[in-house]
Amino acid sequence: MRFDSPSPEATAAAARALADCLDAGGLILALVGPLGAGKTVFVKGLAEGLGIDPARVASPTFVIASEYPTRSTATGCLAHVDLFRIASGAELEATGFLDLLEPGAVLAVEWADRLPGVLPQDRLELRIDRSADAARPDARVLHGEALGPCARAVLERWQKALEGLGDPAGPARHSPP
Amino acid sequence: MLTLGVESSCDDMAAAVVRDGRDVLSSRVESQIDLHQPYGGVVPELASRDHARTVSQVVKAALDEAGVAPPELDGVAVTAGPGLVGSLLVGLSFAKALAYRLGIPVVGVHHLEGHLASAELADPSLTPPYIGLVISGGHTALYRIEADGPARLLGETRDDAVGEAFDKVARVLGLPFPGGPAVSHAAESGDPDAIAFPRPLAAREGFDFSYSGLKTAVALEVEKRRAPLAETEVADIAASFEAAAIAPLVSRSRAALRAEGLRRIAVVGGVAANRRLRSELARVARTEGFEATFPPLDLCTDNAAMIAAAGATLLKRGEAHGLDLNSFSRVPIGATPWTSSAPD
Repeated sequence: MRFDSPSPEATAAAARALADCLDAGGLILALVGPLGAGKTVFVKGLAEGLGIDPARVASPTFVIASEYPTRSTATGCLAHVDLFRIASGAELEATGFLDLLEPGAVLAVEWADRLPGVLPQDRLELRIDRSADAARPDARVLHGEALGPCARAVLERWQKALEGLGDPAGPARHSPP
Repeated sequence: MLTLGVESSCDDMAAAVVRDGRDVLSSRVESQIDLHQPYGGVVPELASRDHARTVSQVVKAALDEAGVAPPELDGVAVTAGPGLVGSLLVGLSFAKALAYRLGIPVVGVHHLEGHLASAELADPSLTPPYIGLVISGGHTALYRIEADGPARLLGETRDDAVGEAFDKVARVLGLPFPGGPAVSHAAESGDPDAIAFPRPLAAREGFDFSYSGLKTAVALEVEKRRAPLAETEVADIAASFEAAAIAPLVSRSRAALRAEGLRRIAVVGGVAANRRLRSELARVARTEGFEATFPPLDLCTDNAAMIAAAGATLLKRGEAHGLDLNSFSRVPIGATPWTSSAPD
């Protein structure tokens, strides 16, 4: 799956659309991309789609993991995790990471490529890259890949939803339930 | 009144004994890095965070240094959040168990209220109401400190904390951790006007901050130039970044003082060690006629004396929590969910 986003707003809109595609199975979302790619922007959009005030969602680099109760009845908590400061699986375990892996939870993991082995196999890997076009510093390219059956079902629904978004520059604002 | 403070919200384990909320009898910090190294609150080596092993030793050392036996304590204050939940729980569980054993109250303290209390510990002439600027690896926020009741949030970062921006820019520039002192050192020989980095929200009203766009702009600038960067390029980027990062802290502080009609501001947290911030805020303070207080570095970084001091204020007010007191990774001041629990 590939999605060309012209702006942070369009990236957030794509993330809100992903939230609408989730069900009781939850999702492990592995976010990969360079510094400033917009990983936190994406998670803020995902949070908004789950009925969480995006202004409450800040970078989790310092606290490693932040949990937000969702207003969505379909999924469990949103856990926003950041592996930027984590060097090993043992360190991650010491932060209480395993407690976050509850059924139905939505887990968004930034810098997931630092420790791919610690994440469950059935996950959606989303790579966010800056556009090669230097004249469009706000443009991003999103590449999604499902690594398991649950993630695959979500990705298929999301792909359809993104086609329905039409012009990604003018996202239809999703109102929380 | 003797209060034991326990703080384990991040990488350090700390314990302190404070008399009457003002006199620090002892303050111990178990840390991998030297206590006096600036930005000590931003330690990346989480492997060093072996709190469960050190908590009883650190508490015992703090009591011994204060010359206080456990039965003499009147209360225990412990950081309940925000911070790393796994770390917080170690200090919290220990504090609850000790209080239960001694039959004295335990009170959960907000980490940032602790930082703000550190300013009053350092300068007894500082009394509410005043403006508090909390800047560290995990926080960037402006508060109005009230004499009675919790501090009122005026504005905070919408994305990254300023200390986090320093750390991430240090990594992009190939400078060592912690990023604060490394970037500032590199910036000394650089030109702060070399690159016009964006200053997000500068034109907006209000007291919020944003550092994500600035961090991205620095990453793009480094990418554009291709590695390896010359030393002068690193210096210019570091200086220009530092200028762009510090400017909103100064302008927002000034605006908050004006809007609230106050003349005193306390700057706390690891980034309060930044020299550029100190000199610019002092300059603005002179021209505008307000006073800026910076606690000494050992009180700026994470410590338990500030938790004991803030906790003593709560205990004096009659606040205490039950053994169901819990920890939270993210929680605003004032809306502290742990305060709903009553003493058992």
